[in-house]
Amino acid sequence: MTAQFLYGGAGLILFVLGLWSFLVHAPLLRKLIALNIMGGGVFHVLIAVAYRGDGVPPDPVPHALVLTGIVVAVSATALGLVLGARMQAGEREG
Amino acid sequence: MTQTSDRARQRAQARAQERARDLSLLLGVLLALLGAVLLGLYYLALDGGAAPRLAELALARLPESGVGNPVTAVLVNYRAFDTLVELAVLLAAVLGIWSLGPAPPGFQRSGAVLAGMVSWVVPLLIVASGYMLWVGGYAPGGAFQAGALLGAAGVIVRLAGDPTAGLPAEATQRWLLVLGVLVFALVGLGLMLFGAGFLTYPPKLAKWLILLIESAATIAIAAALAAAYVGGRPAPSKAAIDDYGSDSSP
Amino acid sequence: MHLDLLTDPLVLCIMLPLLGAVLTAALPRRAVLLGSLMAVATSAAAVTLTILVWQSGTLRVALGGWDQKLAISLRADGLATALVVMANIVGLGISVYASGYFRDPERMRAFWPLWLLLWAALNGLFLAGDLFNLYVMLELLGIAAAALGALTGSRDAIAANLRYLLVGLLGSITYLLGVALLYTAHGTLDLDLVAASIAADDELFAVNAATLVLMVAGLALKAALFPLHFWLPPAHANAPAPVSAALSALVVKAAFYLILRLWLDLFAPVTGMAAAMLLALLGAAAVVWGSWRALRAERLKLLAAYSTVAQIGYLFLFLPLLAATPAGPVRDSLLAALVLMAVTHGFAKAGFFLATGLVQTNAGHDRIDDLGGTAQRLPATTFAIALSGSALIGLPPSGSFIGKWLLMQCAIETGQWWWVIVVTTGTLLAAAYVFRVLSRAFGLEPTPLRFITDARAEIPALLLALVSVAVLGLASGPLWTLLGLQAGGDA
Repeated sequence: MTAQFLYGGAGLILFVLGLWSFLVHAPLLRKLIALNIMGGGVFHVLIAVAYRGDGVPPDPVPHALVLTGIVVAVSATALGLVLGARMQAGEREG
Repeated sequence: MTQTSDRARQRAQARAQERARDLSLLLGVLLALLGAVLLGLYYLALDGGAAPRLAELALARLPESGVGNPVTAVLVNYRAFDTLVELAVLLAAVLGIWSLGPAPPGFQRSGAVLAGMVSWVVPLLIVASGYMLWVGGYAPGGAFQAGALLGAAGVIVRLAGDPTAGLPAEATQRWLLVLGVLVFALVGLGLMLFGAGFLTYPPKLAKWLILLIESAATIAIAAALAAAYVGGRPAPSKAAIDDYGSDSSP
Repeated sequence: MHLDLLTDPLVLCIMLPLLGAVLTAALPRRAVLLGSLMAVATSAAAVTLTILVWQSGTLRVALGGWDQKLAISLRADGLATALVVMANIVGLGISVYASGYFRDPERMRAFWPLWLLLWAALNGLFLAGDLFNLYVMLELLGIAAAALGALTGSRDAIAANLRYLLVGLLGSITYLLGVALLYTAHGTLDLDLVAASIAADDELFAVNAATLVLMVAGLALKAALFPLHFWLPPAHANAPAPVSAALSALVVKAAFYLILRLWLDLFAPVTGMAAAMLLALLGAAAVVWGSWRALRAERLKLLAAYSTVAQIGYLFLFLPLLAATPAGPVRDSLLAALVLMAVTHGFAKAGFFLATGLVQTNAGHDRIDDLGGTAQRLPATTFAIALSGSALIGLPPSGSFIGKWLLMQCAIETGQWWWVIVVTTGTLLAAAYVFRVLSRAFGLEPTPLRFITDARAEIPALLLALVSVAVLGLASGPLWTLLGLQAGGDA
């Protein structure tokens, strides 16, 4: 339980740090990184829930949720980066 | 005269900066409070939460799922619908990237040393990807890890100077991108049509249907990751331009 | 061959548009044909689903044949079905309109698969019975919506939709943290089972309440509840017309639907009057501020976007009234009024945006002050704007008239008379901004030669506007039946 709390709690701290960075920093890239840190924090919480003690197989459901979540996060990040790149290219031309 | 206005502007700027600093400090304090509250609640949830959760049920049903790795069983069987939609998310991202215009040009051709290394690493990644796909049936691994490795091979190829990242021409590439969702959907709907229910695999066929879906998903994920890295619609080949010109519906 | 009529339409509502997206993405040259076919098929599945729910009540299926606890469930109750049927009819109208809208074949090919993915996500969101599946659907919706919104490729559109994407991601990650906490506390992801666990367990009240706050805050960002609406006007005003219609009429409504679902079903034992009052106050601010900005807007599309902010605000006004009303026919009627408002706005705003798009392509701009003579050049389009405008105001016999009427009646009965002032103010402002457009549109040019100038674009806009005014207002009774309520629509 202590290990679980520390790991999941670290995830919550990552979430809050990411939120802070998202709100405070204006540049797009930092906002995207902040979102990924927030997502990473939530994944931590899910991974921590999966732990059921030493020697006991972990709960596979949160593991699968995290895998799905990672692919979704990668997709959104990719689209965000390309949108940002197009905007910068437009600014340079205009 | 200008000096005073300059000074006034400087003072206003300093004040604005100070206000921004105060605001971000306030935000920091509030968010620290939020973090503390979240930690406390998280402790309560862990402490009083329903301890077995889904683990025992998921592990107990494993023999019926057609695979030996519980995570793969969740991904492609118990919660297969999530995975299907997630492949659609990946497709949406790539289509969105394509709709924004053609890809930027690639990097310059690699020198002999890098090219030599690439010709070693890429086949290695392809083999490793195939292994990951197969091993996912009974040990950690599966379509996502395999797709990520294969996609990484595409990224390396583009870094080494091939602007297409090793992907085929646009028409073929489109089929690769949709392959995951297409096979998943056809298997699911086919099962529904034959009375088993949507995405309900008959136990005897489960293993092979899952392998089919995972293979298609691996290819689609790899193609999508590489295409996203390319960052735009692939440049049309000469033949494709002629083709489009002759038959373009409005 | 075997068809299970009771569960198949549930699956088909999501899978048909998904399959359509795959086909239109793989065969871009046949995109219009394949996309239109799949749009018709999807709408047919949605109508079938509606008839089934109407006849036999809530439908549900646990996919994969696993235990409800382990599997992902789909379910269609009255609330979900009412929104599904609205979304799919509006979607069909948008599809017909879009098939003639894009001049550039490249853009047309990009539009169809993304639009069908958006459609699949909408239906998936309305029909999902699983907390994590809802997250994946939310992300599909957000990514497809941002990609579609940026389709014009202008710098403003790209900047607005980049912001929309980032804000949407912030909202859905916050929602996901709520899901993670709920799984930690309750050990399942199925909506019904988590709801039962929340109802049974008082010890975790603090955890549940905090999760409610997280999830509603994340979704309010996506639903553009004041003051989290800042991203909406630029994103909706810079998208191509059919996309604006889908974003304003459907996508925002999906986030609101999810808030309502969580509020009424999942967290019913946790929600209190104070929380409902807070959301309603924000809603009231949205009504006044959104309507005011709509009145001051210089462009027609911006006016429509701000009007969406206001219309979403109305929906939140219902929450404290629902909290103050004991279960029974009055509360049921109030809930039906809420759904009626949401559905009416869906039709009206879609019709409004489609008509606006036509004005824009015809005149080359959408500046309200320079719209003189539009009524003579595009009589059918102007008529559609007038019709949907009257639904936005809430004139009888539109659906929103009944909705607002019941809202005010209930506000007085429960002693929360201040909402009446908000609704009246919002209605007067809405009347002002709609008539401002109409008064500009009628010029001094001679009367028109033809009523319809572009059938494929004007008829969908007209029909959607007509549904919002006439069908929903005069025949709202079936909605009460669909929601499983005894009280008639004659309240």
